[in-house]
Amino acid sequence: MKPTAFEYFAPRTVEEVVAALAGGDTRVLAGGQSLVLEMNYRTVRPARLVDINRVAEFTGLDAGDGVLRVRPLVRHRAFERDISAGPLGRLLSSVVHNIAHPPIRARGTMLGSLAYAHPAAEWPAVATALDAQLDLTGPDGTRTVAAEAFFAGPFDTVRRPEELLSEARLPLLPDRAGVGFVEHRRTHASFAQLAAIAALTVRDGVIDWVRLGLVNAAERPVRAHAAERALLGQPADAGTLTGAARVAGEQDADPREQPHASAGYQRHAVGVLVRRALEAAVRDAGAVGDGR
Amino acid sequence: MRVTLTVNGERRELEVEARRTLADALRENCRLTGTHLACEHGVCGACTVLVDGEAVRSCLMFAVQCDGREVRTVEGLAGADGTPHPLQEAFSAEHALQCGFCTPGFLMLAAGALQEDPSIADDPDRLRELLTSNLCRCTGYESIRRAVTRAAGELAGGAS
Ligand SMILES: Cc1cc2nc3c(=O)[nH]c(=O)nc-3n(C[C@H](O)[C@H](O)[C@H](O)COP(=O)(O)OP(=O)(O)OC[C@H]3O[C@@H](n4cnc5c(N)ncnc54)[C@H](O)[C@@H]3O)c2cc1C
Ligand code: FES
Ligand code: FES
Repeated sequence: MKPTAFEYFAPRTVEEVVAALAGGDTRVLAGGQSLVLEMNYRTVRPARLVDINRVAEFTGLDAGDGVLRVRPLVRHRAFERDISAGPLGRLLSSVVHNIAHPPIRARGTMLGSLAYAHPAAEWPAVATALDAQLDLTGPDGTRTVAAEAFFAGPFDTVRRPEELLSEARLPLLPDRAGVGFVEHRRTHASFAQLAAIAALTVRDGVIDWVRLGLVNAAERPVRAHAAERALLGQPADAGTLTGAARVAGEQDADPREQPHASAGYQRHAVGVLVRRALEAAVRDAGAVGDGR
Repeated sequence: MRVTLTVNGERRELEVEARRTLADALRENCRLTGTHLACEHGVCGACTVLVDGEAVRSCLMFAVQCDGREVRTVEGLAGADGTPHPLQEAFSAEHALQCGFCTPGFLMLAAGALQEDPSIADDPDRLRELLTSNLCRCTGYESIRRAVTRAAGELAGGAS
């Protein structure tokens, strides 16, 4: 339960971080709330760690130009408070309470969670559902990848080892959007078994914009496109929501058999969670509409 | 690597390998064995200490990351004359420990939270969320919850 030896760098600028990463067999140390435990287990044995915690410019979190910009040192905890980004801020703060515990949220980062790509992690599915744009900075400069194309599988992304995930941009949601998040897990302390994320707007009783995401319902985070199609342009009533939720379970989810949860059970559970998340989002949109 | 930290108000210069966790540096280098280690992967919270006032898992941080920072451990809770901290008094009064293995972690978790926002003890949901951070295999948590609530009252000047 002790890590193998490694060389440690704690640079202060992004250039130094990128230069250090180019050295090979090097890992970024962000919150350390996944990396250090893997190093304690010795499932990960990097030759070098680049600790980014002293890079002052990495703490930025600001909303403007229609997006929320999240830099590499924004801790989970930052989203517990109202970050004044309208419905997006509301959604993020309802999600964050499901991520680990206060002491882990005080260290762990949103970008670290995206880079780690745990199949049951919440942020990757939020980023995928909302079509976040992710910046990867390496020796040849910065490239931008959409979240939906970033996640390749469990603990696997298209990030190259020498690239830093330098920024995530989450689109701000329409002002009148309602949001809902529902998670199922075995104990409060467990990772999600499944979770559903919904954001939508309703005009004259009809759903005219929607984003729907699933946590742990497939090999990678899911944007539930088929269910979104079943909702768009339809009345925001129980029939529509239930029907779309069933579509999410049957078409968008792609669960693996688990010892304690068959694929059939998981598809059913996805349907239930999506319906609840949609109901919550419609209620939330109503509250916004009532001039809350 | 050379690291300078302030532990319970005392400046310490340590020579540690980069791979030494903060928990091991406290226990092995500083001989402060009040900080307990159990799971060493972030689940149990027995190793909780305050770094710059914030409760963290010391098994998931390297000592070199704490260079120039303030660390507070359970040994730093009581007053200089040995007077127990209100949390320690309350844990005793409410029988909030049996074997005591988890106690240093819970004390530091609660100390960090109450220092930051004493009103957390008035909000049952937030207090519950906080206390789910750490594991106790003996008490069933209820006495720990009562102890933290009692200590918050004491710290607020006996107002409740
Ligand atoms: C007890 C416990 C419970 C948890 N429960 C949950 C939960 O319910 N839901 C959940 O989502 N997570 C949970 N986590 C994980 C937690 O959210 C981590 O904080 C997160 O997975 C990783 O973020 P980090 O900043 O700590 O990254 P680190 O641990 O520092 O890094 C993780 C990996 O990502 C890489 N990395 C980090 N940042 C970058 C970057 N900017 N660019 C490139 N690579 C980078 C690292 O090199 C490493 O490989 C839990 C952790 C613990 C210990
Ligand atoms: S020993 Fe650190 S959390 Fe268990
Ligand atoms: S008192 Fe024994 S584990 Fe908590």
